[in-house]
Amino acid sequence: MAGASELGTGPGAAGGDGDDSLYPIAVLIDELRNEDVQLRLNSIKKLSTIALALGVERTRSELLPFLTDTIYDEDEVLLALAEQLGNFTGLVGGPDFAHCLLPPLENLATVEETVVRDKAVESLRQISQEHTPVALEAYFVPLVKRLASGDWFTSRTSACGLFSVCYPRASNAVKAEIRQQFRSLCSDDTPMVRRAAASKLGEFAKVLELDSVKSEIVPLFTSLASDEQDSVRLLAVEACVSIAQLLSQDDLETLVMPTLRQAAEDKSWRVRYMVADRFSELQKAMGPKITLNDLIPAFQNLLKDCEAEVRAAAAHKVKELGENLPIEDRETIIMNQILPYIKELVSDTNQHVKSALASVIMGLSTILGKENTIEHLLPLFLAQLKDECPDVRLNIISNLDCVNEVIGIRQLSQSLLPAIVELAEDAKWRVRLAIIEYMPLLAGQLGVEFFDEKLNSLCMAWLVDHVYAIREAATNNLMKLVQKFGTEWAQNTIVPKVLVMANDPNYLHRMTTLFCINALSEACGQEITTKQMLPIVLKMAGDQVANVRFNVAKSLQKIGPILDTNALQGEVKPVLQKLGQDEDMDVKYFAQEAISVLALA
Amino acid sequence: MAAGGGGCPAGGNDFQWCFSQVKGAIDEDVAEADIISTVEFNYSGDLLATGDKGGRVVIFQREQENKSRPHSRGEYNVYSTFQSHEPEFDYLKSLEIEEKINKIRWLPQQNAAHFLLSTNDKTIKLWKISERDKRAEGYNLKDEDGRLRDPFRITALRVPILKPMDLMVEASPRRIFANAHTYHINSISVNSDHETYLSADDLRINLWHLEITDRSFNIVDIKPANMEELTEVITAAEFHPHQCNVFVYSSSKGTIRLCDMRSSALCDRHSKFFEEPEDPSSRSFFSEIISSISDVKFSHSGRYMMTRDYLSVKVWDLNMESRPVETHQVHEYLRSKLCSLYENDCIFDKFECCWNGSDSAIMTGSYNNFFRMFDRDTRRDVTLEASRESSKPRASLKPRKVCTGGKRRKDEISVDSLDFNKKILHTAWHPVDNVIAVAATNNLYIFQDKIN
Repeated sequence: MAGASELGTGPGAAGGDGDDSLYPIAVLIDELRNEDVQLRLNSIKKLSTIALALGVERTRSELLPFLTDTIYDEDEVLLALAEQLGNFTGLVGGPDFAHCLLPPLENLATVEETVVRDKAVESLRQISQEHTPVALEAYFVPLVKRLASGDWFTSRTSACGLFSVCYPRASNAVKAEIRQQFRSLCSDDTPMVRRAAASKLGEFAKVLELDSVKSEIVPLFTSLASDEQDSVRLLAVEACVSIAQLLSQDDLETLVMPTLRQAAEDKSWRVRYMVADRFSELQKAMGPKITLNDLIPAFQNLLKDCEAEVRAAAAHKVKELGENLPIEDRETIIMNQILPYIKELVSDTNQHVKSALASVIMGLSTILGKENTIEHLLPLFLAQLKDECPDVRLNIISNLDCVNEVIGIRQLSQSLLPAIVELAEDAKWRVRLAIIEYMPLLAGQLGVEFFDEKLNSLCMAWLVDHVYAIREAATNNLMKLVQKFGTEWAQNTIVPKVLVMANDPNYLHRMTTLFCINALSEACGQEITTKQMLPIVLKMAGDQVANVRFNVAKSLQKIGPILDTNALQGEVKPVLQKLGQDEDMDVKYFAQEAISVLALA
Repeated sequence: MAAGGGGCPAGGNDFQWCFSQVKGAIDEDVAEADIISTVEFNYSGDLLATGDKGGRVVIFQREQENKSRPHSRGEYNVYSTFQSHEPEFDYLKSLEIEEKINKIRWLPQQNAAHFLLSTNDKTIKLWKISERDKRAEGYNLKDEDGRLRDPFRITALRVPILKPMDLMVEASPRRIFANAHTYHINSISVNSDHETYLSADDLRINLWHLEITDRSFNIVDIKPANMEELTEVITAAEFHPHQCNVFVYSSSKGTIRLCDMRSSALCDRHSKFFEEPEDPSSRSFFSEIISSISDVKFSHSGRYMMTRDYLSVKVWDLNMESRPVETHQVHEYLRSKLCSLYENDCIFDKFECCWNGSDSAIMTGSYNNFFRMFDRDTRRDVTLEASRESSKPRASLKPRKVCTGGKRRKDEISVDSLDFNKKILHTAWHPVDNVIAVAATNNLYIFQDKIN
């Protein structure tokens, strides 16, 4: 079998009795059965080429029957096949023959691998649109029925995703049947099928007539939401959002709210988690009145839930909840009904909860305004800046800009500094890395004076950190600071300090000087680079450590374009030529590379 | 015991167990790799899987009723054999990882193929067992006999055609769930939600999604901060057959904890705690060792669970935590032998136990290739033996009796002549019919009720 692929490069176009345009197709067809998965996959991906060469008739009568039974293959091949068949209508003779594609896709819709099944369903949905109304009822609807009443749950789960595409175009009699079948899948014996039905409930509701939504979907929703398995119940929460969008306020109150209330107090934390996680969508779908009467109290409960996962999910939604409230009532609602709970969460026992809250709490300041922020939120921020968990502190610091717009960062700076210093010296290097990344942001918010006074020394200390990733980040940080504060600042404050390190006894620190120069030269411009940096770099060409020397070559290559011709020819060239004769291979290599890039040869 | 003598419990009706089949070599010296380490029927009972110390899984399929060979009713024949686990070496810990299959669990059937989970000490694998009865024929570039065709003479394209062929059964690994257990995995159990399962080792229980291999959630962790404070380990764990949120785990101290996953994400706090108060009069040096639970199984109804400790099997009502509703002695006559059983390590043997399809009878193993059955309704019990001697086709099994007193009657065997190397640790009961599979070292015995 392997022979086929080897022949792929075989004959040229020259001569022969056969039609040589057939040869590549022949290879493709044979490779549909190659032992090598990659070649089979390749052939499947070119299925349209094969079909085109065979013509519509042979594609229908030979290729599709063969593909229908090719369900033993690897998942990735089946996935590719399912995808290809979705765009195959033109290749089997157009919409009149679209139903020929159903048998292979029907088989693919029953395999055990979810991704393959989902792709087959997606392709079936696509093809359904290409069916004429007559063909839809003659071929497609029967297929859905077969899947829906299949022996195995894989086929029944696939059916769930197909109802909504055939319903709008079916006749009334068929519509009734489709609704009936969907109903029975909602009470299927296997939880897999009930889950699939629950997850498609919202989508199906959208294509139904409003009366049917009320008379049929709502009861299904209610029963799924009280399913014995919590994995089913939690999916009903999702359906709730779509169903709510279809109903009037009055109907919502009577038809949906009892179920939602029950879900928010479900015995299973996973269901409550889902309510917390989807809270913003629910809030929008239910409208302001129900939000005020029902959802806010439910949210309060979620914020003090006994399960930390639920509290964390709810804490995440605090800001969005505020933003989605009607502008005129926002402030009062948050102040009176939400803030007391938030205050509790600041000292929660679980660090995920605290860090979730810290990632959004600053956003509340724009909603509450300056005075409330200073009086009520500021103490919370300050407490969080002193939290034992670094994630909490980092999350607060990373969102400082929200607060700056409202009250100005000065209010915080006294507490900010110890928090930053502590994080900057944290024993975990990932924490140090995270705080470095916020330095440019902080510098911008706090201003140059404060920075020079308090933070500059930290930034320099990171340059000699014992972890490379920190030194690297510190170097990039310097560049961003220069972009923010300008070259004059750079010349006065950081360049001298960086250059002093060139004489450090530790060669790693000497290399850091070079890395800083690489990063800073562009931001500092020609003058500073030529006058202050270049001499140091050139001097380091005589370093005793080869790693330093070849980094000199690399640095020269990097800063070369910024320098003028005099400096290049007069100073850089001789040094590079000397390094080009170095005894160390790497030094030689990088020196020669620099010479050729800078065109100094 | 009723007049029938061998009359045996199952659904209240007396009947004879008779020999049906024995699998495995007859040789006296047994290869270590051939020792059966787990036995499990699938949900329909049509398939029976065994795992062995050599890392192999053998699946037997029940023959359909056959009019021409009426005696072959219900016979199990080999359907598929595959190597599930290979021996490995953990270089970081300098530890050998045995290939021995600790547990097999079938998944509820989802399409024409069958799926099972198998695990050794560290790695769980999901296997697919599928049939193939068609083969594609016809190439463009070569003839039927494999000779290459002249590529220049291709004048028409051929699409392969599927032809029927002899049935082929393939086993393919679908998922590998690795690197989640520091200690040895003792149990796996599939959840009734059909999408998750748990795996338990000595100190932790993890929850997996069947489709996700790179992530699992830790739901129980009993590892103390200081390992010197370790007083008990997890010995077995199982999900409730219907309530997807409930699972139990048993401990080496003879207690069982029932946890509800609805109440919190981490189930360190149990909802129910099943423990029988210890009888101070029978306390001895071995009390703690023999009270360790080696297996826990929910009844099919989900109302009861059964636990096996060294000398007894207990049935607990889930609604009563204070004591079991039934206690059956498996081999009480060994109580006086505990000292020598401790010396030869037998006291640490992990016997499993199983329910019959209607929860009316239970079965568990003992030594000397004996196994025990208890009828829960009539309170009768019987000792049977899995042996080559009685393995004539359709021969009834004679009940065995161990003599405990001084005088040994005919047909009785004395405690001292029991063979402790022949132990029946793993047994399985067909989910519907009266068919049992009993693993005796390297042999698998299948017994069923007598057809009259």
